Amino acid sequence: MSMETVVFIISAAIVLTGAVGVIAFRNPVHNALSLVGTLFGVAVLFVAMEAHLLAAVQVIVYAGAIVILFLFVIMLLGVDKADSLREDPLPGQRPLAILAGLAFLGLLLVALLVSTDDPVSGGQALVAGVGDRANVEALARVLFSQYVFAFEITALLLTIAVVGAVVLAKRPPAGSPLAAEDEAARSAGES
Amino acid sequence: MIALVEVTTTWYLVLGAMLFSLGGTGLLIRRNPLVMFMCVELMLNAVNLTFVAFGRQLGDLGGQVSVFFVLVVAAAEVVVGLALIVAVLRRHPGATADDVSVLKG
Repeated sequence: MSMETVVFIISAAIVLTGAVGVIAFRNPVHNALSLVGTLFGVAVLFVAMEAHLLAAVQVIVYAGAIVILFLFVIMLLGVDKADSLREDPLPGQRPLAILAGLAFLGLLLVALLVSTDDPVSGGQALVAGVGDRANVEALARVLFSQYVFAFEITALLLTIAVVGAVVLAKRPPAGSPLAAEDEAARSAGES
Repeated sequence: MIALVEVTTTWYLVLGAMLFSLGGTGLLIRRNPLVMFMCVELMLNAVNLTFVAFGRQLGDLGGQVSVFFVLVVAAAEVVVGLALIVAVLRRHPGATADDVSVLKG
């Protein structure tokens, strides 16, 4: 059994366990921590596939920034109370959702495993064409030449996202009709 | 026998498919908007895994570049989405996805 097989099996177990934890735990904090496990497992798989830069970015951006943002919002809003999984607002929706998920998984697996005329999914050994040069250097060359326009657009996207987040999270100024409405909604919710 | 336990691209693709299905199922099951967002992250990660696996199989760095852009878009999406959730939950504490159905046209 080769080393990559061992690494794959262990990290796949971590990934799937974490994913089940995200769905099944009732406390949002536990969900976020399970998500960290899944993201770390995916980062390990990236290393196994010689995508070293992406593994580092995965840990820094996803596990570091995005999950912390989730935890921050959970703490900020105080939604640390357990979600009631028992009551089902739409009758029959949950079994149907599980059925749809299983059906989708079956569809994907059939498409992946049955099609043998496709050279990609034929199950032959991997070609190691990407790892010849240093991963970061090769990725930078492609990113800043072939995909430089898309790269610049992402800068614009991030700017718009930041502005949007600031506008959305801002409280309406006191005295405006929106603030009065806000206050009425909150007192109605408390009573 | 050794060839039987060699990790192929198909293994990664199957794992990606399982992760995507789990994320989709969670998105349909859960009511808490924060947890629904986490399930979307799961689905994005499944797609990233598939991108990198195909990129390696085909010897093309385009797969990894795509993952890079997916990461950027996911970060932007999380920022705006969490701001929306904060804005909604500040008005209606403890709101679920069902409670914002009044937003439909």
